[in-house]
Amino acid sequence: MMISGWGRYPRQDCVVHSPRSEADLRGLVERGPAIARGNGRGYGDCAQQPANTVSMLKLNRMLAFDADTGLLVVEAGVLLAEVIDAFLPRGWFPPVTPGTKFVTLGGMVAADVHGKNHHRDGSFGRFVAWLDLLDGTGEVRRCSAQSDPELFAATIGGMGLTGVILRVAFHLQRVESGWIRQTTLPAPDLDTAMRLFEDHADVPYSVAWIDCLAGGRSLGRSAIMLGEHAVAADLPEALRMAPFRTPRRKLRNVPFDAPAGLLNGLTVRAFNAVYYRRQVMKRGLQLVDWDSYFYPLDALGQWNRIYGGRGLLQFQCALPLASARAGLAELLAAISASGQGSFLAVLKRLGGLPGGTFSFPLDGYTLALDFPVSAKVLALMERLDAIVLAHGGRFYLAKDSRMSAATLRASDRRVPQFLALRQAEGAAAFASSQSERLEL
Amino acid sequence: MTADPVLVLGGKSDIGLALAHRFAAAGHPIQLAARDAAALAADKADIELRHGVTVTLHELDILATESFAAFLDSLPALPGTAVCVVGLLGDQAKSEADAEAATLTFRSNFEGPALLTGLIANRFEQRGSGTLVGISSVAGERGRASNYVYGSAKAGYTAFLSGLRNRLAKKGVQVLTVLPGFVATRMTAGMDLPAKLTAQPAEVAGAVFKAVGAGRNVLYVKPVWWAIMTIIRAIPERIFKGMSI
Repeated sequence: MMISGWGRYPRQDCVVHSPRSEADLRGLVERGPAIARGNGRGYGDCAQQPANTVSMLKLNRMLAFDADTGLLVVEAGVLLAEVIDAFLPRGWFPPVTPGTKFVTLGGMVAADVHGKNHHRDGSFGRFVAWLDLLDGTGEVRRCSAQSDPELFAATIGGMGLTGVILRVAFHLQRVESGWIRQTTLPAPDLDTAMRLFEDHADVPYSVAWIDCLAGGRSLGRSAIMLGEHAVAADLPEALRMAPFRTPRRKLRNVPFDAPAGLLNGLTVRAFNAVYYRRQVMKRGLQLVDWDSYFYPLDALGQWNRIYGGRGLLQFQCALPLASARAGLAELLAAISASGQGSFLAVLKRLGGLPGGTFSFPLDGYTLALDFPVSAKVLALMERLDAIVLAHGGRFYLAKDSRMSAATLRASDRRVPQFLALRQAEGAAAFASSQSERLEL
Repeated sequence: MTADPVLVLGGKSDIGLALAHRFAAAGHPIQLAARDAAALAADKADIELRHGVTVTLHELDILATESFAAFLDSLPALPGTAVCVVGLLGDQAKSEADAEAATLTFRSNFEGPALLTGLIANRFEQRGSGTLVGISSVAGERGRASNYVYGSAKAGYTAFLSGLRNRLAKKGVQVLTVLPGFVATRMTAGMDLPAKLTAQPAEVAGAVFKAVGAGRNVLYVKPVWWAIMTIIRAIPERIFKGMSI
């Protein structure tokens, strides 16, 4: 069947199996090159393999919860949305969440996802107590910081290339409500945006929407959104009675692919100008429900279709703190000059807490951009790659669909170490279209 | 609020588990009955964690009809609603050649489910309340060459449920016959089913939950199946016998 990642590029004809038991899964892995697939929210080809794609969605039971420690054990195919549904009413929330709740827990570990609290709390892997991994020999190994620590560290952020993640035990965080205190701060340029991030390093959540078509003096114009979980005392009396009951958002679907060219320089420029003004008007403190705050795009089902039938490309890089200012300015100038507007552009401060062996985040800044697929955009991304390499940055594999093996090696000195572990573990049986392209 | 327990007979099936989740989401404690019920431990944990209800597991062999009374006595409480999802598709060609295979199909789809449903019906009647849900099949609406052994057993079960409904109509007991049509389950895995006619287990569960609340008698999960079966039933036998559908 034809499958793709969330970016709908590249699309590939893949044999997809949906095992319902560990025994079925083991049989599939024994057949040779296999890659586990969660809910298909990675953007590119990281969870597809023409010969043998193994969907984990039918292995999706919650297995145990300890209400004293917040330790939850789930099978890999459980969705983050299901965890929130079940546990937020009891006062628990995921410790780290990406920008969509429609990801599986197995996928969250494989990509070692980060969220708006990375600068303070690190990535998801830091909250994982242990994992059950089906390895290349068909054995199930329970890995943790104490047992098989190298395999554990390489599996967190290992993109499914060390084995199939079967079960994940991770810690939820206590919250007092389903509401977020959000403060929006306008930043007329890049220096202001970066200064605001540094000034608010102690706020749990922070992210900036950035207008990447703004050039000249307005280069880096952005709206910084800070947030923290509201405690009971923050809530107006009407909400304090049922602090976890938040309005259920209506899901709307994008019914068809937008015509090619809908998102062009002109429309994106207009959107960004209006959006910036709206955010500036909303400045100051607001109470926002968790769903709108963490997952604004989830309310628009299949929003990837607004990029048209050819799909979308996401570019996400991380730049070390020392070179971040110069690198970001150069990246934004290149995008602004190209006129290829990114509808969704996000800037975020990442923290220095260590992740997995091959995890994406580093102490510095990350910039994420969406573009409709076109020859011009592909050429622009080559230029952006070069800028990132020149500033010592690297790329997020969960978003990548087109990088070359050479670019990866130039950006990431950890490749040989990761390859050596894969070899030592006999993990050659695990390969995605992405890992083949990147020669991992 | 304490809701009535819901008993799911055939708790290992995809439809059975989907029903358990749907009723648990509405706060009902769940009694899951199946052969080798201990294998449902992870599903028990899953339902309890997601929905905050109690789930109990109960050993049931649908062919061991003499054990049914003791099975019902062993439940922690007489359920408010009992759903029978038990069934076996069987192999038509094998059943034509081998009486043992055919007997197994008859017993798994008709004898066992009907006797157990009937026994529960008696207890509901005595109490003066309860809802019985039988998952039958559109295959029981008219015998076809491709699956008439299974179909005739389901036809028997459908008739049995219809009779129970008639008997209990004035006794405060609801009897709901469910005709799911194609469902994407373990039983049909690998078959090439038309997407528009095929329901997901959760869709079946949602429709059953709603129909129970509405006091319905017969439920076609996908309404298009009502139209299809109305046409199939209306075809004159002299034409029908020459068709291959």
